[in-house]
Amino acid sequence: MPKTLFDKIWESHEVADNLIYIDLHMVHEVTSPQAFDGLRLAGRPVRRPDKTLATADHNVPTDGTPVASRIKDALSRTQVETLERNCAEFGVPVFSLGSDRQGIVHVVGPEQGLTQPGMTIVCGDSHTATHGAFGSLAFGIGTSEVEHVLATQCLVQKKPKSMRINFVGDLPFGVTAKDMILGAIGQMGVDGAVGHAVEFAGPAIEALSMEGRMTICNMTIEGGGRAGMIAPDQTTFDYVQGKPAAPTGEAWDAAVAAWSELYTDEGATFDREIDVDVTTLSPRVTWGTTPDMVVGVDGAVPTVDAAEDEAQRGQFQRALEYMGLEGGERIEDIKIDRVFLGSCTNGRLADLQAAADVIQGRKVADDVYAMVVPGSVQVKIEAEKLGLDKVFTQAGFDWRGAGCSMCLGMNPDVLQPGERCASTSNRNFQGRQGKGGRTHLVSPQMAAAAAIAGHFVDIREWSAADVPSPEPAAV
Amino acid sequence: MDPVNIVEGRVSDLPRDDVDTDQIIPARFMKRVERTGFGEYLFHDAKQAPDWNVEIGNPILTAGANFGSGSSREHAPWALEDAGFRCIIATSLADIFYSNSTKIGLLPVELPEDQVRKIAAAGEAKVDLEAQTVTAGGDVFPFEINPDTKYRLLNGLDDIGLTLRQVEMVAQFEERQDAAGVRKPSSLDLPPEPIATTPVG
Ligand code: SF4
Repeated sequence: MPKTLFDKIWESHEVADNLIYIDLHMVHEVTSPQAFDGLRLAGRPVRRPDKTLATADHNVPTDGTPVASRIKDALSRTQVETLERNCAEFGVPVFSLGSDRQGIVHVVGPEQGLTQPGMTIVCGDSHTATHGAFGSLAFGIGTSEVEHVLATQCLVQKKPKSMRINFVGDLPFGVTAKDMILGAIGQMGVDGAVGHAVEFAGPAIEALSMEGRMTICNMTIEGGGRAGMIAPDQTTFDYVQGKPAAPTGEAWDAAVAAWSELYTDEGATFDREIDVDVTTLSPRVTWGTTPDMVVGVDGAVPTVDAAEDEAQRGQFQRALEYMGLEGGERIEDIKIDRVFLGSCTNGRLADLQAAADVIQGRKVADDVYAMVVPGSVQVKIEAEKLGLDKVFTQAGFDWRGAGCSMCLGMNPDVLQPGERCASTSNRNFQGRQGKGGRTHLVSPQMAAAAAIAGHFVDIREWSAADVPSPEPAAV
Repeated sequence: MDPVNIVEGRVSDLPRDDVDTDQIIPARFMKRVERTGFGEYLFHDAKQAPDWNVEIGNPILTAGANFGSGSSREHAPWALEDAGFRCIIATSLADIFYSNSTKIGLLPVELPEDQVRKIAAAGEAKVDLEAQTVTAGGDVFPFEINPDTKYRLLNGLDDIGLTLRQVEMVAQFEERQDAAGVRKPSSLDLPPEPIATTPVG
């Protein structure tokens, strides 16, 4: 019987009914302390510390604080120190503050080569779907489940339904992976993929770099999906090869042979399938407080009359009020106060490069404070080798240390009430980036251009008319 | 975890869709390393809205569609539970939130919107897990729940204990996986960390 990519990975990891084996468990400081505590109380060890890796990311300051003990915020310090202590006690490798491999879990896994095709991967973070870009099955789990995986290396999980999102057509100039996924979410709604493991497919997906694919899979959860995945191909293999944890020599050849079987068979069926036409996509900008409240940069904020029913009318009304926007306002007229470039969605080297291409030789608008937070220390180091830090700082961007930072506003990087931010992260919920803060989700190129202009601009025209380099920005 | 069977009492109502976990508990309150004490931050920012009128202290909460969407933080069900809620009745519940709730004995119930509205209007309800019914205002509404989840909730069983009973199968799986040849990466293969971490103790 023809099988989907998802079926293949699921079946090869079923230990018993509704019990799947986990090949890699990533751990971070916010959702793990209570799990380690549970183990300690029950006198249970970590079953496979060799299949577990911890990083400090959600709560670390990005001001260059060198070690956990120097973190100023007492609660953050406690969390990071608790992580270090727990990892030492249970024998789990940890990249903490001060390590040159520290960073956001979903950036560190791929860059260390731990994320590989065909694996099952979990982490106590909903954006774990990111790793699905490599053709692995990756889920976000809760703290009780973190404890369960630590103790048993297995996850109790009912098999989700399957769904395929086909991106039809070739990606137009100036439109990025971020716009593809925001477009898909706008089309299907924030609950469009609830209960499903989603495979992303189509020529536009195949043409994407690994970074672009990670951006897409990362935001599966914003469409309600349980996991997002993309069949591995040469692009995937090339990315993994040579990474620290990647197989070498004969083991590499065997791995590639096995990975090459990981695709959805001709004739395999999904519980659900939708098409998303990318040829009509323009760069996306969210206007509201859920990721499906999104329009093209060439469009306008919808009026409440555009709502489909009474309930949505209420949501639109509340969103517009919170965001301080009027229905009908042109997106390009929206002025911004802050720019955040970073996160596990768009904090990788290729993202920073794309943004740097846009701002080269320009200056951040007077009233805008813009910051770049590399997704990991490795990304930071690589970017500095390429001189990107100079490009950013000369333009007036603040060049920060690695971490989640303003993606969720747990560390001191937060918006003030009423401040409006163009952000490359993944959630525009009320208060996500600080109480009363207003978030607009965009691609790195769009965020960079907005920083320069002080308001949203259509990157397609901007690139053609103003950017010295004729190269289309990498996606 | 304590066994759950009957949840009975007054109903608080939050008649909205897409109440995400950031609204349930903003991230800045997630810095505790214990499991308890999150109740005081429940709906911390959301409740400052002028039209907010959700009573805290009742055992049952009714809500709209897609309740608990967003971040996987288990702090959301912890906060609800710590504030006294024992059962959430919603038109639909986000996947991770649903499963997180069952892990701590917070009973998740999904019912059609008109039924949820009737329960909210009744102001009091009795949820019977064994019978899979919600009784409110003289009506009885049956609900669905996965039999395994129900069994666990009724018996207050810890998932880990259940899986560890199958530890033999896990070990056999690991042997089969190793024998298959394609070695999975090991985080211990990475060069060890040179930095000084905080000493244990
Ligand atoms: S960058 Fe944001 S979304 Fe990603 S793991 Fe960190 S907090 Fe979560």
